[in-house]
Amino acid sequence: MIILASIRLALRALRRNLLRTLLTMLGIIIGVAAVISVVSIGNGAKKQVEAQIATLGQNVILVLSGNVSRGGFSMGFGSAGTLTQPDLEAIRKEVEGVEGASPEVRAFSQLAYGNQNANVQVSGVSADYLGIRAWPLKAGENFTEQDVRGATKVAIIGQTTKKTLFGDSDAVGQSIRIKNAPFTIVGELAPKGMNMMGSDQDDIVLVPFTSALKRLAGGTSFRSISVQATDAKLVPGVQHDLDDLLRQRHKIQDGRDPDFLIRTQQEISNVATSTSRVLTVLLGSVAGVSLVVGGIGIMNIMLVSVTERTREIGVRLAIGARTRDIMMQFLFEAIALSVIGGIIGIGLGAWISGRLSGVMGSPTVVAANSILIAFGSSALIGIVFGYFPALKAARLDPIEALRFE
Amino acid sequence: MPPIIELRDFKKTYKTGEIEVHAVRGVNLTVQAGEFVAVMGASGSGKSTLMNTIGCLDRPTSGTYLLDGVDVGRLQRDQLADLRNQKIGFVFQGFNLLSRTSASENVELPMLYRRPPVPAAEQRRRALESLTKVGLGQRGDHTPNQLSGGQQQRVAIARALVNTPKLLLADEPTGNLDSRTSIEIMGIFQELNRGGMTIVMVTHELDVARYAKRTVVMRDGRIVTDQAVEGMSSAQEELARLDAEQKAVNLAP
Repeated sequence: MIILASIRLALRALRRNLLRTLLTMLGIIIGVAAVISVVSIGNGAKKQVEAQIATLGQNVILVLSGNVSRGGFSMGFGSAGTLTQPDLEAIRKEVEGVEGASPEVRAFSQLAYGNQNANVQVSGVSADYLGIRAWPLKAGENFTEQDVRGATKVAIIGQTTKKTLFGDSDAVGQSIRIKNAPFTIVGELAPKGMNMMGSDQDDIVLVPFTSALKRLAGGTSFRSISVQATDAKLVPGVQHDLDDLLRQRHKIQDGRDPDFLIRTQQEISNVATSTSRVLTVLLGSVAGVSLVVGGIGIMNIMLVSVTERTREIGVRLAIGARTRDIMMQFLFEAIALSVIGGIIGIGLGAWISGRLSGVMGSPTVVAANSILIAFGSSALIGIVFGYFPALKAARLDPIEALRFE
Repeated sequence: MPPIIELRDFKKTYKTGEIEVHAVRGVNLTVQAGEFVAVMGASGSGKSTLMNTIGCLDRPTSGTYLLDGVDVGRLQRDQLADLRNQKIGFVFQGFNLLSRTSASENVELPMLYRRPPVPAAEQRRRALESLTKVGLGQRGDHTPNQLSGGQQQRVAIARALVNTPKLLLADEPTGNLDSRTSIEIMGIFQELNRGGMTIVMVTHELDVARYAKRTVVMRDGRIVTDQAVEGMSSAQEELARLDAEQKAVNLAP
């Protein structure tokens, strides 16, 4: 008996008892739908995090200045300013494969334009900053190296801040007061949206870091330096060279903890996605358990079906069905149950994740591989849980089976 | 041409725990092509065991069984299945049709296990041909529960014939039928037999056995009587007589 005939036979048998067929499939449908939707939520969260990490820029390595301990409490990296302007210049000059480098000096400051006020994060950066973060300008121009060297009072304004202070009118060329010092706006940033933590990246004003140190933050050190490698392949080398250079400059002996921390974009992204991945695996395996329960349901019904159809099996054996034919018939029935259930489950799961993304306001991604895995595992469940009932059917003695009441 | 059935010193012993049950204690039986044999006997006489062996559902404990020249005792389970498929047509007491399955699909069933496979169109053609032979050519799409008992048994006969077997094996074919329908079924058997089909039929009703050409009676695992039927009944004549009687009491138009 050829496979096609077995499939046709299986489908016909399943159609004969439609309600039971649907109820039996329900376990697999729910299991597969659960797996698909959970994994799609996980994938969506991962995509979102990755997209946000990507807004940091391409091939970026972050150097954070060392942490300070006060009374035994670590204040976290960046709390002690160990990175200085000479460090920055050394990085630019001595490390190969560096496209650009920019420190970041943060000062939360009072802004004023006319009678409008705003409390905004003012970041002191270098002229490389926009390039590193792949942040285009909507209007105006970037400030220059000369501006940085001369600590000029120029500023680039983010979309949200611009809306707060200027509304719809033009900002470029206007003068605002930051901590009572007049700054001329030379550029307007394109909107960037929220970052990973959910804060608005567009509520910002960028100024040359020299100006920020001199007029806003005070001091001479940075909390961080972003370094961009010219190519993704150069990232590990640059990371290594940065480490060597800074250890040397900061006179850190081998084996001692450095007073800085170097993180590549990939490492940051890994940390951020690992949490959501753990959660996805956890929920996914709970959903996987329901798939197995569905498989047991199929085995149960197939065993009932074999007993019910003992006489039918007897007749088939009497008129010349081989052991294999009977085996295939019942195995294909189980596989058809689980595979059709799996297909319906995939559809249901895709629909549910579509609805969930609407309700939760975060994207869900139904990945092709999760569909393939769900489909494959439901077929596997059919084979595994259909095998025993099929074997039971195939091993029946034709005389006994024909006499069965 | 070898005989269709050749049993030599056939014995069958079942073991139930410690006790050995001698179901058949040495039977010699030869059935030539074109015979119509009725096997009779009380329950426990060994006739079911004999039929199961003739039907290649079981193998002899000792002795030999040649079906159409093939030594059945040497065959494995799947080889027996192929032999049944090609050489034997089964008709059961309880019809044993697949429920919720059309008559023609039921008739196609043995061709499903035919090797080499029969093309689907050929399957349908042969099923229709077989159904026409038993007078149900128009009822191919009816399911068993839409058919009377007699019609269901006809479908079962059509199913038994569809692979053009050498031997038609019927186990109490009229056991579930009323007397008139029984005669109709015997009419089909006699007609098939006239066409050359070899038939072996188990029955416990003497008047049914009278439609066969030869009767074999079993008792305690042995054949006690094996003789030609004298004054064989003709189903055609019996039906005509019944019709006349029914007309007399206005039962039939």
